[in-house]
Amino acid sequence: MDDGFLEMRGICKSFSSVPVLRDIDLSLRRGEILGVIGENGAGKSTLMKILGGIHQPTSGEIRSRGQRVCFRTPAEARSGGISLIPQEFNLVKDLCVYDNVFLGAELHGPLGMLSKKRMQRRTAELLAELGTDISPTERIANLSAAQKQLVEIAKALAFEAELLIMDEPTTVLTSHEVQILFRLMRRLKERGMSIIYISHKLKEIKAICDRVLILRDGEFVCEKPTAEMSLEEMASRMVGRELSQIFPPKRLPRPDQVPALEVRNLSVRGLLRNVSFSLAPGEVLGFGGLVGAGRTEVAETIMGLRRADEGEILLSGTPLKVRFPEDAVRAGVSYLSEDRQGSGILTGFSVTENVTLVSLGSYVRSLLGGSGSFFGLLDKSRERRSASHYRDLFNIRAPSLDARLEFLSGGNQQKVSMAKSLDTHPRVLVADEPTRGIDVSAKQEMYRFIADLAESGVSCIVISSEQEELLGLCHRVVVMRDGRIAGVLEGASLTEEEIMFHATGIREEAKAG
Amino acid sequence: MPEEKNSILFRLREQGAGSVLLLLAVVLLLAAFQPGVLHGRNMANVLAQSAIVGVCAVGMTFVLLSGGIDLSVGSVLALAGAVGAWSCKVLGLPVPLAWSVALLTGTVCGMLSGALVAFGGVPPFMATLAMLASARGTTLLLTQGYPLSGLSPSFYTPGWASVGPLPLSGLIFLALALAAWVLLRRTPFGIHLRALGDNPETARLAGLSAPRLTLAVYGISGTLAGLAGVLMVGRLWSAQPSVGIGLELDVIAAVVLGGTSLFGGVGGMGGTVAGVLVMGFLDNGLRLLELSSYVQQSVKGLIFVGAVLLDLALKGYYRKGRSRDA
Repeated sequence: MDDGFLEMRGICKSFSSVPVLRDIDLSLRRGEILGVIGENGAGKSTLMKILGGIHQPTSGEIRSRGQRVCFRTPAEARSGGISLIPQEFNLVKDLCVYDNVFLGAELHGPLGMLSKKRMQRRTAELLAELGTDISPTERIANLSAAQKQLVEIAKALAFEAELLIMDEPTTVLTSHEVQILFRLMRRLKERGMSIIYISHKLKEIKAICDRVLILRDGEFVCEKPTAEMSLEEMASRMVGRELSQIFPPKRLPRPDQVPALEVRNLSVRGLLRNVSFSLAPGEVLGFGGLVGAGRTEVAETIMGLRRADEGEILLSGTPLKVRFPEDAVRAGVSYLSEDRQGSGILTGFSVTENVTLVSLGSYVRSLLGGSGSFFGLLDKSRERRSASHYRDLFNIRAPSLDARLEFLSGGNQQKVSMAKSLDTHPRVLVADEPTRGIDVSAKQEMYRFIADLAESGVSCIVISSEQEELLGLCHRVVVMRDGRIAGVLEGASLTEEEIMFHATGIREEAKAG
Repeated sequence: MPEEKNSILFRLREQGAGSVLLLLAVVLLLAAFQPGVLHGRNMANVLAQSAIVGVCAVGMTFVLLSGGIDLSVGSVLALAGAVGAWSCKVLGLPVPLAWSVALLTGTVCGMLSGALVAFGGVPPFMATLAMLASARGTTLLLTQGYPLSGLSPSFYTPGWASVGPLPLSGLIFLALALAAWVLLRRTPFGIHLRALGDNPETARLAGLSAPRLTLAVYGISGTLAGLAGVLMVGRLWSAQPSVGIGLELDVIAAVVLGGTSLFGGVGGMGGTVAGVLVMGFLDNGLRLLELSSYVQQSVKGLIFVGAVLLDLALKGYYRKGRSRDA
């Protein structure tokens, strides 16, 4: 045995006779960070869920320190020293931090009463070890994404986990927070913790992982030290072909015309202060900044999801009064929500029903004459034609147009969400984190759609925490900090360093990253 | 934005201060029209009249917190009362044993619904609706539709006796609520329950057994409905087969007025006690005002809506710039 802290051999897994994993080997040493990459549907999450006791392998074995082990439940995996931090955090939002840290293994006194003080003290110690000052009695609902992640890690430490599995931990973090997380991961590693790190962000894999394991369509592709692999090689091994160019060429907007959207002195108490910007027809305007800087709030205010206390919004020169989202939609503004599962799509609805959800009024054949009236019957065949149009346009891979969205991969769900936003034929599209949690090739397609859309004259706002995306896709980038616009970057000043500088206000941090 | 989390106001709100304020508002409003509401004897009366809904509401709080609902409490109450009375009168069991039989009847009914939910995957609404129907039917079968009376008088004691000026049934309710509060706030069981109601997936991954918790929760609700059945027999001096029809809605209303969410996870026992008393004072006060019973019903409806609107306002739902997750 070569210091085999953990080994998975010949793992196969089928769901109702559809194989999703075929003969996967994985080995991990103590104090090692292993990156696992692959496109959506490659089987990364399933493999990790097997390790975490959520799924059972159809065949194959897991060995821990040479001993064959079998995790039938998450609790068994946990007592085997494995802690899984899923992408959507597993925290009970209405309970306190310490309740969550000890959930399922509460400390209690002889009478079965909770030892609240002991749990709070232990939680405070763990959080201090992680270098954070979150209060153990804070409710989860009041924490930021980065803080929730720390609570998850504290939970793992409380159970004395020896292996931490992190599924896309950085999608909800800003670059600054990512650096903090990486520092923490290196410290844990020095203490002998092994970490499996799943991500779509190859740069991060390169930065933090010792080795990388690549999966494609449920099969093992290769496993190598990260030092021996370039980003390009990782990407092409993942996709199985050369990725020519991720970003489509930028076409120039037409800034001489009346701005498609102009926002003047927009303020929302406690969230936004004096936000002003304008957007030319066919322009792609990026919004960068840390999570919580107010980017999503700008989008929500434009869409009428929040009330502005001050300021005005002009659409092609005419003032726009939005009190409800439907006002914005009617005026030609469409929103692609950052929270796909939560508010972007209806997972229980079919592809067709999702695509026409917002524009449903235009599919009504009115009984009273005229169109767009709700007193009428839906023209089902026209709905289907629309849906199949988007399926072809966006290359949506779905078993059928009647398939419920829960059966589609994240990337395809996002394309449906995009189709839904476009079916109202907007003049302005506000896309909030349009590529969060989707794989490289789906990302590339999303970029092409946005570029094509801009080419056709639609103005796009792209809110993103991925700086490459802002640089590669946008003509100009607005960087926000603390609810204000910290700077607008274009041309030669549009660089990662400048975005970081404006987002944090600290030039050193940008360089260290 | 983050408030000072140790401030009294914050703590009060966390503990369901909205429902306490509501209770004060309702009592003061009624007292303004009919000062008699505030008399000590009347208050004791309200406590006695609230006890039956209250005991059921304690159980219902557990069920709602876990993300379920129990529609069967009214029927289970009737069945448990009838079975208890029957075993006392017909089987001649000693009174304490007959009480236990009544409680056990409730437990069995509750756990049957719970098993359907936990292992059969039946939605709580349907499982307990089925229990509502069949428990009522069984009661009618057992009693042949006639009230059972003439039991050993000590069987009735919990339903009507007083300890000094205070009604025994009311004290039972308050003691149960206190015990339930401890169970919810001070034991792992309570934390697990709220975790299950808030986020079942998280609960599962934390190694909690959802079926076992579900079974326990409906078992508790059933047992307490059984106890309420004993109190009801004591109050009416007979087991009436048609007693408790529609009671489940009063119980659910009281718990929700107390700030417990219909969707699980959020809420607590303090609010439930306040909610139960709000219902009690409303019934009592409107009766003292000598409004016609038709008007009473309508006023009750208005006050329910008002209470929920008030609660939302206190939580800041109508403030400017409200967020989607308000």
